[in-house]
Amino acid sequence: MPHALKIVLAEDSVLLREGLVGVLARFGHEVVAAVGDAEALKRAVLSHGPDLVVTDVRMPPGQSDEGLRAALDLRAANPSLPVLVLSQYVQRAYAADLLDTGDGTGVGYLLKDRIGQVEQFAEAVDRVAAGGTVVDPEVVRLLLRRRSDPLAALTPREREVLALVAEGKSNAAVARDLVVTEAAVGKHIGNILAKLALPPAEDTHRRVLAVLAYLRG
Amino acid sequence: MIRTVVRDTPGAVAYLLSGVLVGVPLLLLLLVLGALGLALAPLLVGLPLLALLALSGLPVGALERRRLFLTRTPPPPGPHTTPAEPGLGAWARLRFTERATWRELAYTLLLGFVLWPLDALALYAALVVPGAMIGAPLQLALSGGDTRIVKLWLIDTQGQALLCATAGLALVLVLVWPLTLYARTRAAVARLLLAPSEAEAERRLAEVTRSRARLVAAFEAERRRIERDLHDGAQQRLVSLSMTLGLVRLDAPTELADRLAAAHRQADQVLGELRELIHGIHPQVLADYGLPDALADAADRSAVPVTVDADLPRFAESVESAAYFAVREALANVGRHSGAGHAWVTGRYAGGRLRVEVRDDGHGGADPAGGTGLTGLVDRLAVLDGTLTVHSPAGGPTVLSLEIPCPTR
Repeated sequence: MPHALKIVLAEDSVLLREGLVGVLARFGHEVVAAVGDAEALKRAVLSHGPDLVVTDVRMPPGQSDEGLRAALDLRAANPSLPVLVLSQYVQRAYAADLLDTGDGTGVGYLLKDRIGQVEQFAEAVDRVAAGGTVVDPEVVRLLLRRRSDPLAALTPREREVLALVAEGKSNAAVARDLVVTEAAVGKHIGNILAKLALPPAEDTHRRVLAVLAYLRG
Repeated sequence: MIRTVVRDTPGAVAYLLSGVLVGVPLLLLLLVLGALGLALAPLLVGLPLLALLALSGLPVGALERRRLFLTRTPPPPGPHTTPAEPGLGAWARLRFTERATWRELAYTLLLGFVLWPLDALALYAALVVPGAMIGAPLQLALSGGDTRIVKLWLIDTQGQALLCATAGLALVLVLVWPLTLYARTRAAVARLLLAPSEAEAERRLAEVTRSRARLVAAFEAERRRIERDLHDGAQQRLVSLSMTLGLVRLDAPTELADRLAAAHRQADQVLGELRELIHGIHPQVLADYGLPDALADAADRSAVPVTVDADLPRFAESVESAAYFAVREALANVGRHSGAGHAWVTGRYAGGRLRVEVRDDGHGGADPAGGTGLTGLVDRLAVLDGTLTVHSPAGGPTVLSLEIPCPTR
């Protein structure tokens, strides 16, 4: 069981805020502050110094993307602060902006639909807090439907691997999901990086770069 | 000329005849209202009657404009403007200050005292007299000895009667042309006084243009409101429901697990459908990121692969949304009809004009008038003084381009 996280939560709908506090508590985490707008979120992060920030995209006062902007500001001020953004939009622009902060690690972009799959949601929370990168499978699926970009060169199997990597899974987890050996996954990832013309780098970082290339199209 | 006479005469006769039928009761009404109004004016009761008399041109004008269709010309539109505020007071104030009201009153007095007697005279001279002459042989046969035609000519032999009938027939043929001419002139007088003047017509056009812009704006606002209501209401509640189901499943006894999983799946399915629906109504990415990202998103969702090249600043919401929905409709058409393997969307802003082009490598031959979707887009762009053109020769390619003059945000 991963250790209990101190979480600051921003969500303007009271119904969802209460529900999220419940779900996070169920998995042993402590919501140290639950707020309803972007300004309160920034203040809460300053005063609580949380392990993870979970925020909605659309929040008062403008009801546009204040939550995401606040997350970007927080990451700019502290690039190592893990941030999980909950959204209603299957849109790469939002996810791409988030992944562009820091070195693209310790961030997540998930659809709110995913909260209902409480165990997977809890896993994503742990992964982001531990410095992983999580992109919602629905966003990844939308990107995979496109055929006119650098990703066109990838084989179907490589696309599958990339999609799972984008969801934040480790090589071992990807191997389990696809019922192949971990070495085979490593080989696929090597091919993907080569085809996307990504420079060699430390493993986590290269994987994130691959995801970024993915999102930027 | 014979053909026009044959074609126009029945209408002209109907127009003049109905003019008499309107004119006679109108004269009585005018006399009664006028006399009563003047007589009662010292008692103040008469003043409303006189005001009523002054406004009598309104219904008469409306009727007379309609009656013009008998002369085979389209009835002119009403010259009056719609009051800005509700209520009888505002309506009356507006009507009394409009020139059209007084023109209509002038026409009404003219009709009641001059025009209908002239109409009657014209009909009498051109139809009744010759008609009676043509009927002379019959009249003679019925009366026995002798008879007087139109109380003028005494006729006592069948020879005279036949001559009279022949003369009547000739008279009809001669007079029918002047009769239609008279009806035409008479209609022109009505049109002159009852149709909106040029300034009034221009004002109406401006009014219609403004109201069209208001309609489009209201339509936009309504879309956003529906999107917001769905987002704040149904969508949040469904997420909450899915969350509750997820928590319940953690603790549920195994015999319920399958049914709970099915319920959960259904809830998630509804969530997914609702999300797509909301996206279709008003994509939030357009409001948050502007056209380039929204167009890239539209391309992501297109059935045909699309390359987007849009280097654009932010514009007013109405401009962005008109351009976005036009491109989405165009891409949908590419996917449905063009047989294209690829499409290109380019967007540029130069010289104060936004230009967006959607091109495909399909077989062309698209009919821009055929799709109601495109017609709606043309209307929407027209409100912004924008234009939309579709160039689609047989054999392709199809190029849809739109242009909107607009400042950046």
